Formats: sequence, C-alpha cells, structure tokens
Amino acid sequence: MKRNTALRLAGITTAGIVLAMTAGCSAAGGDDGGAVTLDYWLWDDAQLPAYQQCADEFTEANPDIQVEITQYGWGEYWTNLATQIAAGSAPDVWVNQASYYPQFVADKQIEDLQPFLDEDDSAVDFDAYVPGLSDIWVVDGARYGLPKDWDTIGLVVNKQAIADAGLDEASLQDLTWNPDDGGTFEEAIAKLTVDQAGRHGDDPAFDKDNVAVYGFLPEWADGSAGQNLWGNLAQSNGFTYSDVNPFGTEFNFDSPELVETIDWISSLQAKGYAPPFDQQSTLSRLEVLQSGAGAMTSMGSFNQLMFKDVAADYVFAALPTGPEGRKSAINGLSDAMYAGGEHKDQAWEWIKYLASGDCQSVVGETGVIFPADTAASEASVAARAELGLDASVFLSYSEEEDGTFLIPISYNGAEMNQIVQDAIQSVALGTAEAEAALTDANAKVNALFE
Amino acid sequence: MALFFIAPVLIGFGIFYLYPAIRGFWWSLTDYSLLAEPEFIGLENYANVLQDPEFWNSMAVTFAYVLINVGSQTIIALVLAALMHRLTRSVVLRTTLLLPWLVPNVTVALIWLWLLDTNLGFINKVIESMGLDAVGFFTNPSFTIPTISLINTWAYVGYTALLFYAGMLQIPQDTYEAAAIDGAGEFRTFFRITLPLLRPILALVLVVSLIGSFQIFDTIAVTTKGGPVNASRVIYYYIYQQAFTYFDMGYAATMAILLVLILGVLTFIQLRLLRASESQIA
Repeated sequence: MKRNTALRLAGITTAGIVLAMTAGCSAAGGDDGGAVTLDYWLWDDAQLPAYQQCADEFTEANPDIQVEITQYGWGEYWTNLATQIAAGSAPDVWVNQASYYPQFVADKQIEDLQPFLDEDDSAVDFDAYVPGLSDIWVVDGARYGLPKDWDTIGLVVNKQAIADAGLDEASLQDLTWNPDDGGTFEEAIAKLTVDQAGRHGDDPAFDKDNVAVYGFLPEWADGSAGQNLWGNLAQSNGFTYSDVNPFGTEFNFDSPELVETIDWISSLQAKGYAPPFDQQSTLSRLEVLQSGAGAMTSMGSFNQLMFKDVAADYVFAALPTGPEGRKSAINGLSDAMYAGGEHKDQAWEWIKYLASGDCQSVVGETGVIFPADTAASEASVAARAELGLDASVFLSYSEEEDGTFLIPISYNGAEMNQIVQDAIQSVALGTAEAEAALTDANAKVNALFE
Repeated sequence: MALFFIAPVLIGFGIFYLYPAIRGFWWSLTDYSLLAEPEFIGLENYANVLQDPEFWNSMAVTFAYVLINVGSQTIIALVLAALMHRLTRSVVLRTTLLLPWLVPNVTVALIWLWLLDTNLGFINKVIESMGLDAVGFFTNPSFTIPTISLINTWAYVGYTALLFYAGMLQIPQDTYEAAAIDGAGEFRTFFRITLPLLRPILALVLVVSLIGSFQIFDTIAVTTKGGPVNASRVIYYYIYQQAFTYFDMGYAATMAILLVLILGVLTFIQLRLLRASESQIA
C-alpha cells in the first residue's frame, strides 16, 4: 500500500512538473499595460555595475521601459544565446562581437538599425566615435549595431626583469621587429630571458634547456586573427587577412609574410626564449607573467585592469615597429537588436542610449574598457592613470596612419578560427612546417566560401 | 493497471529520450544552423561526415581514450574488488574508494588541471625536484589522452570496483571452500573461480562503462578544449563544436546518429563475446 502511494505521488509530481514547465513558457510572454521590460545580455561581469547604472538612468528618463540585465560568462554566452534564439525567446538587445555577428546576419536574427536611424537622423553622432568603429557593423548598406567599445594590443613587461637585464625602460617603448633577426624586439627578449644559473639569453653560455624566466610568452590559441600576437606582427610585415575586410571571401593565410612571422615566433622556443609549446602552462599568459615565470607578453587593453594591484611592478609598451610600420589589431563590440523581439521601438531607445556619450562616459569612468565614444575613452585612460596604469600606449596606434587594422570579420568565422589555430599550433608543436600547414589551412578556409 | 504504473517512466522515456532521438534523426537530414529553420537536404550530411578527416580523427582519439580508460579502470577495479572480497571487508575502506566518484566531474578536472600544470603544478615540481624535465601532461599531444583517461579512471575506479565487489558477493562461498580444500592458491582461485563466475556482471559493467566512456566530454571541456591542435578532440566535443560553435546542428546530429550505430554494434559484439545472458551460477 505504502509503495502504491509513493508511485502515485511520483506520477502526480511528474505531471505537475510538466505542467509547470509549459505554464512558465506562456507566463514569460505577457506584460502589463504600457510598461515594457527589455532583456539585455552581456558577458563581462566587470562591466555589469556600469551598465546597471546606465540602465537605471535610462529608466529614470524613460519610466515606461525597464531594463533587465543578464550576465553569462564568455564560455556560456554564445551557446545560451543560440539556444534562446532557437527557442524564439532571445533577449531584446545583446552585446555582439565582431567575429560572431556575421552568423546572426546570415540567419536574419538581428535587426537592421538603419531604418530607425533614417527616421531619427539626429539620434547618433557618428563623429564622436573613434574612427573606423562604426563601419564594422555595416553590411551592404544595412547597419547591425552601434559602436560600443574597442580595444588594441600592447606589451606588458616586468620592471624587475628589465632592471636585471640592464635594459632601459624607455627603449622598450620603441622596439623594432623583422622576421629575419627579430630586430631590437628579439634582442630585448633575449636579455630578459634568464637561465637557472642566472645567465641572460644573450650570453654565449646561456643554457636554453634550463630556463628560469622566459623572455616572452607567446599566445598560440589565437583563432584566425592572431589578435593577441601573430596577427599584429604579420600585419606589420605586410600581411593582410583577405581580399576585403569585413566580409572577405578569399583569404591569404598562405602568404609568405605570415609564414615568416609564424616561423619567427616559433623559433623563440628553440632558442629558449619562450616556453616550448608542449610544456607551456594551461593557465593564461598573464597569470604566468604575474607568477614571475615570464618577463614579457602581449596583451589586450581589455585586460589591463588585471594589473591594478601590481601596477608599480609592470610597464606597458607599444607593439614593436615592423618592416611596414607599427600595427595593432582593433576589435570592437556593439549592441544588437533581436529581430524576433516584441518591443523593437523600446529596444531602439535603449540601444541609442547605450551608444550615447551619456552612457559611454559612465562606463568609461570605471576604466574597465575603452568606450567607442572618444571623450569617454579618454575618461577611461584617466581612470586607469589614477590606478597607476599607463594606458596611453593602447591609444597611440590611432595617431599613426594605418596604425590599426580590423580583425577578420566574415561568415564561417568559428570554423576559420579552428582551422587556422590548429595549423599554427601544429607549427608551434613542430609537427608541421609553417608553409605546408598554412597552405593547407588556407585551402580549407577558402573552401568554406565556395 | 500495469500501464498506469509504468506510465511515469513511459512518459519520461517518451519526452526525454524517444522524442529527442526522433528529432535528432530528422535534423541529421537537414541543414540546420540552430538560428534559422531546418532545411531538408537528404543524406548530404552523412556523405560529408564520412569524408571529414576531423570526424575520423575524433573517432580515433575517442577509441584511444576508451581503450586506456576502460582497460585500466576494469583491471584496477577487478584487483581492488578481489582484495575487498578476499582480504578485508572494511566498510570504511569501501567508502573511501568511492570518494573520487562523489566529486563532481568538473571539480575533478580542475583539481588535476592544477596539479598537473607544467609550470605551477605540484606533480611537475616533484618531477623536476627529481632532476627530470617537466612533462606537459595537457599540452604534449602524446600525453593528453592518456592523462585524461587516467584522471577518469581515478574518478570511476572505486565505483566500478564496488559493482564487481557486489558481483563477487553473489558467488557461492562453498566454491571457494572447495577450492581451498583442493589446495588452490589465491591466484588460481581468482582466475578459475572468481573471474568465470563474475562474467555476467563483468559483461554488464564493461558495456556500461564503455558507453559511458564514449561520452567523455566534461573533462575535455574543462582541461584541453580538444587541443593541442586536435589531439584530444573526442567525438562528443566535436559534436558539441559543430552544433554550438559552428552552428551546424544538422552535421552534429548526423555524427550523433553515427555514434549511436557504432555503440550499438560494439555493445552487441561485447555481449555476444562475453555470453552475458548465461551464468554458471545455477
């Protein structure tokens, strides 16, 4: 008897759960009267407080529109978004990234903002933005986002290691590089490398098999852009990703300029200046740098606040000047509007506010990222300066002509990332020659567009 | 009445297994990006998958993983179970063996990721203090799959041992007494009595752990994400990548269907070889 009751209970509970699940779906759709709640998604928890403040101020100005912010870590963000889109219940507005947005455009999941702009032509002051950022989001006359923030790449070096190597901090600001002998960049890396007997990398007696501090920590998991390292060096060596960017369809990953660059970075391992690929840490380069096992690495401006507690121990420098000049990748974010959303007019108001100087200066004052708005970017630099972090190097590229280049934005971006990254890692591992691996990868990439 | 009692299970099976399986099969015949509506393309996905070197690589990687994982796990578990059965029946010991199994998989992966890290990991510090070179357990392609296999062996061996132990308890005690009277030593007893009489349990455990082992995903996702290059890109991880990174749900569904077929065949062969349905315990 007792068992029967238990089973029946189980049956009823199951039915209850199923009912509750279906009920939950229909309840979410309803809203009462004039007030509208917009769903807004972002991935960076460090930016959450600033955007919450934006949302509060926005609701103050527009009492009929509430904004509910949801934050997921980068790892889950895109999968969750895809699942929500498949279920037809994606957020009204979400933070979009340059290499992900073409897929949403191809599947018609994000709204063209140009019609809203045409109706409301004083809504956005495009001149206020850092040059080049707004065009990232334009495809064939349609505009799939307004610029939100941007980032560039620089070098970070341990001050103690500089002193030990007898280097001059100022000289690191003006390094040169070429794929043949590595220029003054390689000289600095050699000096920063120390073996277990305390000999530096430029000492003829240097023992490359027993290195205590590596002069440079390269990033090998860097997709098809090499945003954190190889892309910058290759571009400064005359490499371009594709026929056109954004939305290239013919790629140049087999070009000699890239092959030389990858060979050079890879050669740092053989010289003992960089950790061998198969023995590098599974932790991030910045963690290894802060542990003291490395002296220098490249990093994005978005990571600079990781150094806020040890600001006095590190110096930030611009990337080295290559044969074709000094070049840094520039990447941008935008806010996208869900094409299946129910409250597009309200979503437009929110997107407009997010892209405005008002909201961007709130975000800029936290120093976490560089907002697209030029004045807000300067506020961000000032905020970092108060923490003892010199962010001017990240801004220095835009002063030079062609000092920045856009990371590749195209359809099939995710597959491309894996194909090119696999090829470059196989070179780093020593299982393939750069030329053969990259020629093969380039053929695979181009085949995606046939 | 009988139907009423099995209804909860049947409903659960229908909603959570049968329906998704049918839907998965349908998707395998479509071009489906997850973001737009599926589009019927017939058997195109199947043709593409069979020609995809990455698919075959991931199958090879998975087989290597399964071989090391199930092989080491079964042997160690058998030894542990025999020791528990013949040497000590301490409950504390049995519970201790089960502890790693109680730790969530992601935690297990993270703990080992830190312990085995090349630069900062404890184990590599020990190796280096013995004058040897640090080993890139997760970064050297020849070590990744063995490392991940053995981590999961560590996590599951206690559980498997407990299943074997339960099976051994079913073996009539008098067979052991008879063997002892006939003067058989422990080794002989194990190979001539324990192992043959354990066969149905052995078959079941092998089939279950083989299927479970094929589903390796979480440890990979936490530690290597399929790398270096594609040295640990197991089939589940590749399916996940196709579905949620490349937004090619149709292609992912096709690989999942092929995996079902492969597992079905493997299970059938195993059960046949081990004559699982016959037992010598009368």
